[in-house]
Amino acid sequence: MTIAMGNSDVIELIKEKALWMRRNAFRLVYEKQLGHPGGDFSAADIVATLYFGVLRFDPAQPDWPDRDRFVMSKGHATGTLYTALAAAGYFPVELLETYMRNHSRLNGHPNRNYLPGVETNTGPLGHGFPVALGIAIAGQITGADYRTYVLTGDGEQQEGSNWEAAMTAGNRKVRNLTLIVDRNRLQQGAGTEETNGLDPLDDKYRAFGWEVVELDGHDHKALYDVLGAPVGSREKPLCVIANTVKGKGVSFMENKAKWHHGVPNGAEFEQAMRELV
Amino acid sequence: MSALPATATERFDCRKAWAETLEALAAEDERIIAVVNDSIGSSNLGAFRDHFPERTVNVGIAEQNMVGVGAGLANGGRIPFVSGAACFLTARALEQLKADVAYAGFNVKLVGQSSGIAYGELGATHHSIEDYSWLRALKQITVIVPADPFETAEAVRWAASHEGPVFIRLSRMPVPMLDAIDKDFVPGKARRICDGDDATIIANGTTVHIAADAAGQLRAAGLSVRVLDMHTLTPLDEAAVLAAAEETGAIVTVEEALVTGGLGGAVAEVTSANQPVPVERVGFPGFLPTGSVSYLFEENGLSPDGIASAVRRAVSRKKG
Repeated sequence: MTIAMGNSDVIELIKEKALWMRRNAFRLVYEKQLGHPGGDFSAADIVATLYFGVLRFDPAQPDWPDRDRFVMSKGHATGTLYTALAAAGYFPVELLETYMRNHSRLNGHPNRNYLPGVETNTGPLGHGFPVALGIAIAGQITGADYRTYVLTGDGEQQEGSNWEAAMTAGNRKVRNLTLIVDRNRLQQGAGTEETNGLDPLDDKYRAFGWEVVELDGHDHKALYDVLGAPVGSREKPLCVIANTVKGKGVSFMENKAKWHHGVPNGAEFEQAMRELV
Repeated sequence: MSALPATATERFDCRKAWAETLEALAAEDERIIAVVNDSIGSSNLGAFRDHFPERTVNVGIAEQNMVGVGAGLANGGRIPFVSGAACFLTARALEQLKADVAYAGFNVKLVGQSSGIAYGELGATHHSIEDYSWLRALKQITVIVPADPFETAEAVRWAASHEGPVFIRLSRMPVPMLDAIDKDFVPGKARRICDGDDATIIANGTTVHIAADAAGQLRAAGLSVRVLDMHTLTPLDEAAVLAAAEETGAIVTVEEALVTGGLGGAVAEVTSANQPVPVERVGFPGFLPTGSVSYLFEENGLSPDGIASAVRRAVSRKKG
């Protein structure tokens, strides 16, 4: 997808798509009474920025070898991923209605064999990052100019496989790889810091050989500027710690761990739709 | 490996065939990448690394990352051969084998080195005898257990050309070259080593050689025994198993693996559902005590005598 427009137009488009994704993701969760809306909403602005401002892709050729890759390592955030893929043209928007129904291609966690645009199967945490690293190494070996982005949850960073990948990426100077951590500070049951603390996460990644940028994960302009910047002379992989709010956009959901996989009743759904405008 | 009585004098380390074949393939196909976990020495990939340094990805001692990186390399259009000690490759990275390779369906080649009980005295942590059971549960992965250098080279060549996940289980134990009735190696199709009417021994990997010796011993004692080399564990050659059941009426399975959930289990599942015949399973009962490879083989019946006894038991259980 080539976006030929001014910067302010791109930011407007990202904002509009993020809102559409939130509304539709929440509707899917409400209708199916299943899903992970809290993490959908903390990630929505990051994913919208990637698909509608940053990534080079062609939905008509999902296997295009030179496409930029986005790996959704926090695979439970399918509300956000599926609405982004539909809005990006990978499949008809109507397919969203089948979300998690029997035999739906929209499984509770993404499957690359079911849907175009899904780069790898995720769901168990700590899987997407090593796979994204392998994709980026393939690009290094062949000299391809595609870029690889992977989004993990912050609680997900407790899985040791991430640190295996972090060490390899730092040592090999896999500069075409960008890790984004959705730093909403909440995991399924409680805060990350009271569960198994991650701070100082930035220092950890720097110590592993990464360049680290911390930003507001709901600031479309900041996301666009950092994620969209060319690799340029950077010699290290890039870790973007995106400070986010779980449940962002709906007042009664924000910063509440119970909305990790909480589902709305009718009144909650209606209120959310009134707020998401 | 002294537990393997000689059917031929010269013995070979299959890792040589593996490494030479991979190098030859890599020279022809730039997509081939070796991915290792500090296992260049045990995988015999020193020469590969020297010839193709840019296509050797050593992630260090990190098996989960190693398999995930393999899946990512496949996403990037490469053909990764992910090679490490079978015990760690399968056990430590089992969820990656499940989610990133089998479920995602990436074109990843996995090579389990020093499998079975090759590490002998190092103990159960370093034995890889549970792997058959785990891998059988992941039906999307073709599992090949070569018995000699010929089968090793054939398996590696086939894996490189096949689109889909493959696991090749290699041993470090020196083995003789098999002398088989079926000269060709066809993945998914058992090789007939020798023929017989009274019973069939189904073996793979290192145990095929012992099975052949057991059959020779039984033949001298008047029992005519077929030996099948079931080099492909998944998908199992069910037709060959059922033909053996129908034509010989008794089966003994022999595997350098747990006696449950592996080759014997697969054969018992197929026969019990379709052509019930006595099946005796020879393998390991569970975690093994400290011992040399030859001791542990002998103690658990993985010897010509032990297999011959199992054949006699199976034959005695035949009805009528």
